[in-house]
Amino acid sequence: MTVAVNPSQTGEPVFYLADEHPHPEGWSTSLGFWIYLMSDCLIFAILFATFGVLGGNYAAGPAPKDLFDLNLVAVNTSMLLLSSITYGFAMLTMQQNKVAQTQVWLAITGLFGLAFIGIELTEFAHMIHEGATPQRSAFLSAFFTLVGTHGLHVSCGLIWLVTLMVQVQKFGLIEANRRRLMCLSMFWHFLDVVWIGVFTFVYLLGVLR
Amino acid sequence: MSTDTHAAHADDHHHHDGHAHGSFSTYMLGFVLSVVLTAIPFWLVMSGALPSKQITALVIMAFAVVQIVVHMIYFLHMNTTSENGWSMMALIFTIVMVVIALSGSLWVMSHLNSNMMPIHQMSGMK
Repeated sequence: MTVAVNPSQTGEPVFYLADEHPHPEGWSTSLGFWIYLMSDCLIFAILFATFGVLGGNYAAGPAPKDLFDLNLVAVNTSMLLLSSITYGFAMLTMQQNKVAQTQVWLAITGLFGLAFIGIELTEFAHMIHEGATPQRSAFLSAFFTLVGTHGLHVSCGLIWLVTLMVQVQKFGLIEANRRRLMCLSMFWHFLDVVWIGVFTFVYLLGVLR
Repeated sequence: MSTDTHAAHADDHHHHDGHAHGSFSTYMLGFVLSVVLTAIPFWLVMSGALPSKQITALVIMAFAVVQIVVHMIYFLHMNTTSENGWSMMALIFTIVMVVIALSGSLWVMSHLNSNMMPIHQMSGMK
């Protein structure tokens, strides 16, 4: 079958040149990274849904009330919140081209993040010591999967943060490093948003139950 | 037609670097708001200030939603114009997916729980 429609009406084949012209490096990075974060959001949504379904199945084991220390969770939450605002300050000093100050704020952010991970691991170790291991009940499996996945994200963020500090030390606040710092900023604040869901639905509602 | 596409592309280039940045005051406002929005739910649960657990649960969930919006605006700088609106589109799509996944799972599984329970155990449950 031959092509019936010929828009040029002259019998000549019509060619279109793809209108692709070079884009500056990294022009689509922030949108692409945002879409990655949104897909990460779906992972957390599934883990939250799993926890929501299994969160009440204690298998005659320990319940949230027996396990969670809300004071500790409050301290942990404030660590993450403080790290969010200090990362904000790092971004502000980055926009003013102050390398040393940016590094200081990034380091402070890293310390808060480290404190968060430290407290979380202490909590996990305490729970496991008490016999509340992931194998104990469906509630605990879901709990460790959800909170552990968040903690793993924060740990990866910390590794990324240190990597970027080395990069900034070596090359300064060049365009590529600014872009990378902006991506990590989005990642870091996104993890804080996920943590809002964790402390509300896992800890606070768990203790209320 | 070709001038149109060129104009659109030029617009693209103009906007891509225009990713919204915060200022000191917006970061501080976001931080203060989120501290308040975190402190109140913790206080509500730890002190048991509200008479019923259901009301407390609903209130702290409302606080969580508000705080997520605050973080989105003040820390993640979400708005309808960044990336020509595509980041907002991705966000809306994700929210729809999250709502379907969460509400669907909870709804289906709770019905499964109450309908598939063996009869002799029913009296012991709930």
